[in-house]
Amino acid sequence: MIGEKVKSELVRIFGKDGFRDSDEDRIAYSYDGTPVRSVLPDAIVTPSSVEQISKLMILANENKFAVVPRGSGSGLSGGSIPTENSVVLLMNKWTNVIEFDKNNLTAWVEPGVVTGKFQSLVESQGLFYPPDPGSAQICTLGGNVAENSGGLRGLKYGVTKNYVLGLEVVLPNGDVMRVGGKNMKDVAGYNLKDVMIGSEGTLGIFTKILLKLIPLPKTGRTLLAFYDSIAGAAATVSEITAARIVPAMLEFLDNPTIRAVEDFAKLGLDRNAGAVLLAEVDGAKPVVEEDLAAIEMICKKSRATTLHVARDQSEGMKLKAARRSALAALARISPTTILEDATVPRSELTTMVYFINLTAAKHNVQIGTFGHAGDGNLHPTGLTDERNEAEMKRIEEAFDDIFRKAVELGGTITGEHGIGLSKKKFLEELYNTPFVSMMKKTKEMLDPNFVLNPGKVVSVAPRCEGALPRSREQIDRVLSKMDNPAEAYF
Amino acid sequence: MTNRISDDLLTQCMHCGLCLSVCPTYALTGDEKSSPRGRIRLMKSVMESRIPVTDAFVNEMDFCLDCQACETACPAGVKYGELVESARIFVESSRKRTSLKVFILRKVVVRRRVLNFIAGIARVYQSSRVDRLVLRLLNIASKNLYNKARQLPKVSESFSINTLPEVIEPKDEWRGTVAVLTGCVMDVFFADINKDTVDVLVENGWRVVIPKDQVCCGSLNAHNGDGITPKGLARKNVDVFERTAAEYYVINSAGCGAFMKQYGDVLANDRGYSERARAFSAKVRDFSEFLVQTGYKKPGAHTCKPTAYHEACHLVHAQKVSSEPSEIVRDVADKDYRTLNEATWCCGSAGIYNVVRYDDAVKLLNRKMVNIKNSGAEIVVTGNPGCLAQIASGAKKEGLDIEVVHPATLLSRLYKANGSQ
Repeated sequence: MIGEKVKSELVRIFGKDGFRDSDEDRIAYSYDGTPVRSVLPDAIVTPSSVEQISKLMILANENKFAVVPRGSGSGLSGGSIPTENSVVLLMNKWTNVIEFDKNNLTAWVEPGVVTGKFQSLVESQGLFYPPDPGSAQICTLGGNVAENSGGLRGLKYGVTKNYVLGLEVVLPNGDVMRVGGKNMKDVAGYNLKDVMIGSEGTLGIFTKILLKLIPLPKTGRTLLAFYDSIAGAAATVSEITAARIVPAMLEFLDNPTIRAVEDFAKLGLDRNAGAVLLAEVDGAKPVVEEDLAAIEMICKKSRATTLHVARDQSEGMKLKAARRSALAALARISPTTILEDATVPRSELTTMVYFINLTAAKHNVQIGTFGHAGDGNLHPTGLTDERNEAEMKRIEEAFDDIFRKAVELGGTITGEHGIGLSKKKFLEELYNTPFVSMMKKTKEMLDPNFVLNPGKVVSVAPRCEGALPRSREQIDRVLSKMDNPAEAYF
Repeated sequence: MTNRISDDLLTQCMHCGLCLSVCPTYALTGDEKSSPRGRIRLMKSVMESRIPVTDAFVNEMDFCLDCQACETACPAGVKYGELVESARIFVESSRKRTSLKVFILRKVVVRRRVLNFIAGIARVYQSSRVDRLVLRLLNIASKNLYNKARQLPKVSESFSINTLPEVIEPKDEWRGTVAVLTGCVMDVFFADINKDTVDVLVENGWRVVIPKDQVCCGSLNAHNGDGITPKGLARKNVDVFERTAAEYYVINSAGCGAFMKQYGDVLANDRGYSERARAFSAKVRDFSEFLVQTGYKKPGAHTCKPTAYHEACHLVHAQKVSSEPSEIVRDVADKDYRTLNEATWCCGSAGIYNVVRYDDAVKLLNRKMVNIKNSGAEIVVTGNPGCLAQIASGAKKEGLDIEVVHPATLLSRLYKANGSQ
């Protein structure tokens, strides 16, 4: 626990209204969107200026407590779950769009702006900010930059990093760094901006973000195709790629997910279909029509059993309902939902989905898979009950196999959710040593006292000073995790 | 202990945070504690004895509007309304004495004779000059009390339960029998809406029965920490409505309709009633839901004024009834239909919330009034007495010339307008 002296310092910096440490508050900030895990923070602070954040970092270095940044807390890899001996730095009140530059098509925003609100704002001006994570209605742009979030439009439009032009960052030592700007070309020095993007709150705290905007596509058309097997859907994806067509969206559901969606939403889907593929093309009207016709041909050639083409946007919305309700349908089946994001090169889609289905059967667990077929980003979703320890262990083993297979196929353990706490052990184990060790060195250099979101992404050697165990409870927790020393960090 | 909050319901929350985007109280504070996800975690902590029932805990449970917008947004189907209601019952049961709120609900609101008696006094008071004097004095003494007193709508001239006949036959065609609940708040403040409801049903060929021994639906008690009274009321209503042999029970108050659709769950463990309560709930329809599902006469006349639809929480979120009332409003408004931004957001009325948490309710009402102003609507349609009173008081405060009406009133008026043409 942070001491009374630190607490009074925090009150001095953030004021009475900016500091909270009641049991109720600590409980409410002990988790994020990640299943199962939670740790109580010692306090929560709400900054109103960059200077306050700088002062906080200096205080943290002097007194060796951890700082855990948080936006809306919707992350899925534990990035904003507190650590032992930590203070939560709550950024969700930083909601201003500081500047909307229509001449350069850029926007300066504060990190607490909600992604969906920002999208509506720019779209009302005929502009487009494409990254759209599933939690767009609540997640913040700061969180998106920290996690380098993706979403449904990744295939054609890329992910968050493709839209970040500049950053203002408070570094772990309290310095304020500005990097990037409105220039589309800028090669002055190392590309430190991209080191910060996706750093999951371990290298710096964003206080201002400069985003790139693009013109809003003029039209869009949607198509839904059913297949007997996942292979047919995968063949369609390969053919579309070979035909030099880049859809704005190319999504799929596997059979267990189709069944769940049909049970839940009663959309009239064929429960025995092996796979459903959803494609959306956007852009200028003639191109859209041409691409759509080509995709229709390819679907038929790949033996799609049924094909629906939406005539207009509202029909398109109906077709998208199946994909949109995938998570909702799966999540209702059981109390605990583990949404993962193993990703493979799109050519390996079929192999991976079959492997997931086999693995689920082998470990006797329920896993439904859906996701971004176009970019190989899959969402195998484990359905379990955290109170059932035996099943939790089995599902952990199943995901263990799945991540290993993904890497074996040239894929990655996470396409868009991040490493955080959840996948640290896989990162250390499955990725090459120089890569991991350079990350550790970067972390150690920027944050020698390990005060900023420690223990996330990479494990750092536990330091004794100031972080000695203070209670029997803490020691027991470490002892119980001895089989997994990576977790044993105070 | 029967008062515990169900662990199964609590565990269903996967704390993804999607509820935060639609929660009115989270929008006010930006604080996780006052979000559905945060409250669920607090309930869990209390159930696991990590924290006692603290004032802060009770405050968060009471701060919640129980609008259930989070249920609409929740991907995992968490029954949040049930959770917060059982948390309030748990809080109440852990107290040494019954709270004043529950006492009043139990002793006054659900007792028809007591309620009518008090409402009668209020009516005399409002029609005398005394009320203006009292308001003036309050204005000097306490701004807060003055505002509260000012928002009180006028008590109905006469109560529909007394004035309407028990059975009203349709004029020409005969499509079947429906039973109507007159409600407590509805009848005390909006008895005319009950009359309009009957007019519209009769106009559409339905024989209407108004069982005279019907009782309060019990929702206000259930929403405010009383787990016992609603069961007795539900049993009584099951008995009374069964005797009408009606095919449907048409409810014109969103809060009552939502709760009566739950009678099956409320009496699930009652051996003598569980089956009958389930059959009862299956017959319950909201007024607009019923009209659109069974087919109704389009009035042919239009409102001829900018018209918007405000979705009552207990219709859109609790009953998932949205397309039907909006269809009626779109039809009668025609070219003058206006889209209301955040139409599914709570107006702050929320049962007795605007009485017990006046300041919070005002903040939500202000947000609603901004949206109404921006929509340009001069008529706001909504299907719940609480919303009707709340939005009307908001309009009065802002000096806006806006009429707030129930769909039944709108239809009844347009039928008459068309008939007289």
